[in-house]
Amino acid sequence: MNEPYTTHECDVLVVGAGGAGMRAAVAAAEAGCSTLVVSKSLLGKAHTVMAEGGVSAALGNLDGEDDWETHFADTMLGGQLVNNWRMVDLYARDVIDRVYELERWGGIFDRTDDGRIMQRPFGAHSWKRLCYVGDRTGLELIRTCQDKLVHTPGVDVHMEYTLTRLLKDGDRVCGAIGYRRNDGRFVAIKAGAVVLATGGWGRMFRHTSNSWEGTGDGAALAYNAGADLLDMEFMQFHPTGMMWPPGVRGLLVTEAVRGEGGILKNSDGRRFMLDYDAKKMELSSRDVVARSIYKEVKAGRGSPHGGAFLDIASVHDAVYIKSKLPSMYEQFHALAAVDITQEPMEVGPTIHYTMGGVRVEAETAATTVPGLYAAGEVAGGLHGANRLGGNSLGDILVFGRCAGIAAAEFAKSNGVRRNVSETEIAEEQRSMLAYLDDDGVKPVENPYLVHVDLQKAMQDDAGIGRSEESLTRALNAIGELRLRAARARVGGGRVLNPGWHTCRDLENMFVISEAIVRSALSRRESRGSQWRFDFENKDETLGQVNFAVRRDGEGMKVVGVPLELMPPEAVKRLAKSRFYDAATMPSYYRDAAPATSEAGA
Amino acid sequence: MTEMENPTATSTSDDLDPAQGLTGETLTLHVFKGEPGETGTEQAYEVPGVTGMVVLDAIHYIQRNLDTDLACRWNCKAAKCGSCSAEINGKPALLCKTRVDELPAGPITVRPLKAFPLVKDLVTDVSRNFEVNKEIPPFTPAKDDGKPWRVAQRDISRLREHRMCIECFLCQDVCHVLRDHDHSKRFYGPRFMVRVASLEMHPKDTLDRIDLTRKAGGMGYCNITKCCTEVCPEHIHITDNAIIPLKERYADRHWDPLRWVGRKLKGDGSKQAEGSK
Amino acid sequence: MAQLSPTAEVPGHAGVGGGVHRRREAPWWLLPLTVFLFLGAFIVYSFWTAMFQGFKADCALAAYHCGPYLSPFYSPQVGDTPLGHPFNSSAMWILPIPLLFRATCYYYRKAYYRSFFWDPPACAVGELRRREYHGETRFPGILNNLHRYFMYAATVVLVFLWIDAVEAFTYNGQWYLGLGTLLMVVNVILLTGYTFSCHSVRHLVGGGLNCFSKARLGAGRFRLWHWFSSLNEHHPSYAWLSLSSVALVDIYIRLLQHGVFIDPHITF
Repeated sequence: MNEPYTTHECDVLVVGAGGAGMRAAVAAAEAGCSTLVVSKSLLGKAHTVMAEGGVSAALGNLDGEDDWETHFADTMLGGQLVNNWRMVDLYARDVIDRVYELERWGGIFDRTDDGRIMQRPFGAHSWKRLCYVGDRTGLELIRTCQDKLVHTPGVDVHMEYTLTRLLKDGDRVCGAIGYRRNDGRFVAIKAGAVVLATGGWGRMFRHTSNSWEGTGDGAALAYNAGADLLDMEFMQFHPTGMMWPPGVRGLLVTEAVRGEGGILKNSDGRRFMLDYDAKKMELSSRDVVARSIYKEVKAGRGSPHGGAFLDIASVHDAVYIKSKLPSMYEQFHALAAVDITQEPMEVGPTIHYTMGGVRVEAETAATTVPGLYAAGEVAGGLHGANRLGGNSLGDILVFGRCAGIAAAEFAKSNGVRRNVSETEIAEEQRSMLAYLDDDGVKPVENPYLVHVDLQKAMQDDAGIGRSEESLTRALNAIGELRLRAARARVGGGRVLNPGWHTCRDLENMFVISEAIVRSALSRRESRGSQWRFDFENKDETLGQVNFAVRRDGEGMKVVGVPLELMPPEAVKRLAKSRFYDAATMPSYYRDAAPATSEAGA
Repeated sequence: MTEMENPTATSTSDDLDPAQGLTGETLTLHVFKGEPGETGTEQAYEVPGVTGMVVLDAIHYIQRNLDTDLACRWNCKAAKCGSCSAEINGKPALLCKTRVDELPAGPITVRPLKAFPLVKDLVTDVSRNFEVNKEIPPFTPAKDDGKPWRVAQRDISRLREHRMCIECFLCQDVCHVLRDHDHSKRFYGPRFMVRVASLEMHPKDTLDRIDLTRKAGGMGYCNITKCCTEVCPEHIHITDNAIIPLKERYADRHWDPLRWVGRKLKGDGSKQAEGSK
Repeated sequence: MAQLSPTAEVPGHAGVGGGVHRRREAPWWLLPLTVFLFLGAFIVYSFWTAMFQGFKADCALAAYHCGPYLSPFYSPQVGDTPLGHPFNSSAMWILPIPLLFRATCYYYRKAYYRSFFWDPPACAVGELRRREYHGETRFPGILNNLHRYFMYAATVVLVFLWIDAVEAFTYNGQWYLGLGTLLMVVNVILLTGYTFSCHSVRHLVGGGLNCFSKARLGAGRFRLWHWFSSLNEHHPSYAWLSLSSVALVDIYIRLLQHGVFIDPHITF
């Protein structure tokens, strides 16, 4: 017997209301589809607000040499050439239009003297490329999309819903079920197509700039529905998270601080990036900067709380800093009692972004399951082994739109299935309600403490540096924690019970954690954000493979998916990047690769 | 760990020593618990103090260790999303931005926003705000040739402040028109005065929302007592830079006989006398 | 473990947030009470001085006038009726202008709505009385929209006050510099600061524009608006300082007139 549940019906269901979800919903609605957006939080609170530095687009407003091809080259090189090159190609071309579109939706950007959109330099971008407004670009983007969304006819938004399972009709996805956070009631949504735009996952790590939402729901939903998860080993450590006080550890310090000239120093006062990347210095790619800080700390040259010093005070005056980095000033002032116009900040690596995610087609954002689409951070492929700053805000706009259009088309040509499986719904309800049962299970586990132990296991053994030994340890820990989590029981009712929600979120976090660890075990090399102590170098064979995680009965298997190699004309473009080095080109690209960088250095 | 070579022989925990940061003091929090239709209570919890701790840290400690079903909204924990609004010691504030060492000694009271219907514990139903946003006509630029816009920095410099809003709705909570007089059907509230101001002052916008703001928006209910400005975690000068400029624009339109004569003489009867709209 | 004991019982519905106000740093009523007393005292004093001080003495010794000094309450001198009716003194003709300018001022509105009308008395404190609230949507609050006209009129009065201040530098055909002269100059500077830091001024010089670049003289008006905006931030300070200085100058002249002490001065 089923618990009562509410049913909604729509052409396109968009899961997640960050930038990608909202852009997808607008695209789907504009294509004439009734569109339903559900989000775990209130509208406008998604992780997009945390993006600070800007959105990268080769407008060439300050550096006329810049063009989309150079942007393509920087992104591919930054991603260590394991990106889906067609996604990068599409991204670098289309993001320019998306930025101008955002402006026409009411978004504000800082301007150049002649009134064009202002751009700032950022790590591993050849030219000044990040369009920004102070250090609040993510907020600007989400508010602009939000206002566009609520004024787009045909869009309905349900806030504070959590979806726990995708419903399928044969191969095809036909809806989803979940619960309303505010009253614990169950919902079923029948949809012609589903777009996942749930963002990334960082909550299985201890030090993260992610909010509670980053539990990997979207990827877990897709995985359980049979979709492939790609590149799961590539987790980005942002080099500069706050270190102190303890409560804010991991909180993001925008790369714009370094973009504006901020210098990293160790406890000896040395600008240590000279020793790791004398060419790009502090603006080297994030994986390099994060590892450099990590190495300095391990060598005993760290700051008092285990990080490095980031100094903008000696570079710019207070007025400039407050105008360019207002929220950083406020954040340190309010939370750490540090005046960044006078003193250096203490920073260290923090889990920030997931390059990997649901495997999608470049042009349509379609996953390997019919009717299921994925866009934004939840999708994998665009960023390869390391994401460049500013490419995430562009990503959500470009691929959010692609996903919305493609999903609308699918829904229109395939229609909405009326029947959903009552058995599946009943099963899901049973498993959810079990956590509230007083069924005599012993010993009862506290879900929060299981979560804390998972975070510790992942942080220590699947964090910035990994080895066969540590990853195996992590895998075992996940197995044990799963058993403990099955005994998690919480008190209280179904109305907004965060302990209950945590029980369910843990299930997703285990799936994702296992996927990360298994993929990291398979990639027996160091590349981008994947740093293996036991395999310190790149492996050319593995450079032609992406690892995909797939559900296999109740188990998880990792399969190597051959990388679609770039055609020669795309390889040639790489030389447009200022950071191109022919000597580092893998042998399979060497024939097409130019001998020198066209841009100089 | 002073050697750099082979940093991984064993587990490389980059955790702090858990004892580091403990202040040794014990904090007492009185947190509201309850659901609509029942008598709520303030429950006392004791939480170990940690350096730099914010009230949200204490709430998390309670959820983890003392009361797993205590409900509280939060997201970024960095004062950027505006989710964790509540009333701390009777003052509307963000839980994630209020450091316990800046509060007076003694128990800390944490209660939900008063101006909104209760859902549970510290969580309230703020959906009314999202409905108001729908009522405000969105940004509407003139049709143009689609080329990139040229906009001077000085024309958007004012808007930057308005656009800082993180929609925490503390201003809506503290505004006595909504909080005490329950005029939520007649008055948009401070957050949406900021929203209207950001649209009205946008150099590329073509709509006119002044009369709407006066009538449906109830701008006249604001008596400029500035509590909204006092509680704004983004330090937006809500009254000075949004509401008063809108009131002045309304005065331009309806309370300025000189301008009225000027408009009649120029034959421009409807639109604003000044500006490019 | 914490003891899970209820410490306060409150009804569980919308409105649970504001019930208890135990640990505010300063009592909430301190500020509104101070404002009430200070502003109230000024109003009483200004009517007293305007109604009953103008006609008391014989013409040459009117209390508002002494040596080179003229009380700001009595400037400009419209109709010299020192022996007239209290309601017909020179000051009573002038008083409505600054009074209405200040009564409709965006800063004073905050001050008196809080301290006189308790709407609200302080933030998040809760109304102390229950009644229908209309704010500035109808009479009389709606008349606050006339603020800019009182500002125009106050600017005219300000011109006279500047003339008085300048004239205070001469007495009996000689250059004169006394403590009173300095007080009058400081007073008129503060009044100028108050008048030009007005929100309406800020609006009129440029704040009303939506696009500075496209407006006539836009660049200049942007700079003006910017400058007046910085001045505007100090509007509350100017409001209180100028209020105090007006009363102070009046009291000073009165004390001179009554011969309490002699104005320290030099002539040349």
